[in-house]
Amino acid sequence: MMKIDVAIIGGGPAGLAAAIGARRAGIQNVLILEREAYLGGILNQCIHNGFGLHTFKEELTGPEYAERYVLQIEEMGIPYMLNTMVLNITRDKKITAANSGGLLEIEAGAVILAMGCRERPRGALNIPGTRPVGVYTAGTAQKYVNLDGYMPGKEVVVLGSGDIGLIMARRLTFEGAKVRAVIELMPYSGGLKRNIVQCLDDYGIPLKLSHTVTEIKGAPRLAGVTVAQVDENRKPIPGTEEYIPCDTLLLSVGLIPENELSKSADVLLSDITGGAVVNERLETNVEGIFSCGNVLHVHDLVDFVSEESERAGENAAQYVRGEHLSNKDGGGVRLLATNGVRYTVPFTIDPRNVKDKVDVRFRVDNVYRDKYVSVYFGDEREQRRRRMILTPGEMETVVIKKEMFLKYPGVKTITVTIEE
Amino acid sequence: MQKEIICISCPMGCRMSVTLDAGKVSQVTGATCKKGVDYAELECTNPMRIVTSTVPLSGSPLNTLPVKTQHAIPKDKIMDCVRSLKGITAKAPVAAGDIIVENVCGIGVNIVATRSSV
Repeated sequence: MMKIDVAIIGGGPAGLAAAIGARRAGIQNVLILEREAYLGGILNQCIHNGFGLHTFKEELTGPEYAERYVLQIEEMGIPYMLNTMVLNITRDKKITAANSGGLLEIEAGAVILAMGCRERPRGALNIPGTRPVGVYTAGTAQKYVNLDGYMPGKEVVVLGSGDIGLIMARRLTFEGAKVRAVIELMPYSGGLKRNIVQCLDDYGIPLKLSHTVTEIKGAPRLAGVTVAQVDENRKPIPGTEEYIPCDTLLLSVGLIPENELSKSADVLLSDITGGAVVNERLETNVEGIFSCGNVLHVHDLVDFVSEESERAGENAAQYVRGEHLSNKDGGGVRLLATNGVRYTVPFTIDPRNVKDKVDVRFRVDNVYRDKYVSVYFGDEREQRRRRMILTPGEMETVVIKKEMFLKYPGVKTITVTIEE
Repeated sequence: MQKEIICISCPMGCRMSVTLDAGKVSQVTGATCKKGVDYAELECTNPMRIVTSTVPLSGSPLNTLPVKTQHAIPKDKIMDCVRSLKGITAKAPVAAGDIIVENVCGIGVNIVATRSSV
């Protein structure tokens, strides 16, 4: 049985930053467990630029961003195991993992969950039709093209206008494919404006909003898809069907935190985020198990993943040293998300553990223009900020300061809400 | 000449109308902030992009090497730039930042590696 003070599950951007955070906070005995043959996770296949503006004040590609963190890991001498798959975690923080050397048993002082997320597959969409070759999630196609060096096809339709789908529309165009259209169910895109302009408009790729794929045709290879306009209830409108011949359909229809291992440790998950329910230290309901990055909630900027995860690492270090207050005595103030705010992370804040502030991240459920984001302590409105626009694709932040808690002693709830 | 563009500076995505006189921006309407006007002027007179792609990599367990233009290049040179990468193979060992193609398409910008080979 190996004994590790802080064990980190996953060597992507979250795991790397968490390891750095734990080591900087003084914990020597840190270990990263990574299932792939290299560190850096999904950043390695995100070869486009636009990463790191917040962290490094310059625009990097995914592999460059990853390499900066991997270099820090090497310089700090933080140990990691590659090609190592974690199979189980128990609530008393015993980890079972496997690699070519056989089974590993690890007893951890603290565990940081940093497994990232996976893509919503075709099966989650209920699109009728055949099950041909040529239907891929956008991220799978991204791996084929950018890491393996293979093209998935020549004539492409993308369903869903998430950022990976938009990025892949441009990428496949560069490699000689014809991207027929990007089809989006909602009346707005979940992708960044920058990606709509620079990945679609620059190459004349049409974005069909309020449309969906109603049938997939062809066997054994995809031959085409039927696309139809949808009404305000997102139901296809009869008579608007259009057949688009294509040999490849990419799905960019959402990401889901990958929490299978968290479940084995009895970690409580949120129905809304799909990630763990955490307190202000990013600690789950299981003491000493922390969660950060896309396994906690899906982020749009890796910079925020790094920042959050470094904090998770510092908090895990404090836990190992017995320096923080237990969440067992229920000292937490509950955060409530209402009126268009879908969720907040964290879900509870124990004011006794707040040094100077807590960044509360949240997402909204629709596009809102010229509204106010307000924060209530109990029934008292403490903060009200005007926002020109709020969209579901952009993670938002409100800052809760220590002095606010001093103003409202004994407060039970904090509400984050959208107002006129 | 009139050009319609969408601002990418923030999620507002303002639709802007840009009037060009002899290649110079004379009027921008529809922008709700200064960033939009600046973006409109740059985008309508000299649109530039950093281009990223991959080339095959030999002598490494990695199949491909991700690359980028060292600086932004004119938007109308993007497709020439990516086409000129066809047939280029990089050889390991490579370090991020190494020049893979010098002066791509004669536009005075190098193609550099964005990952170090293992």
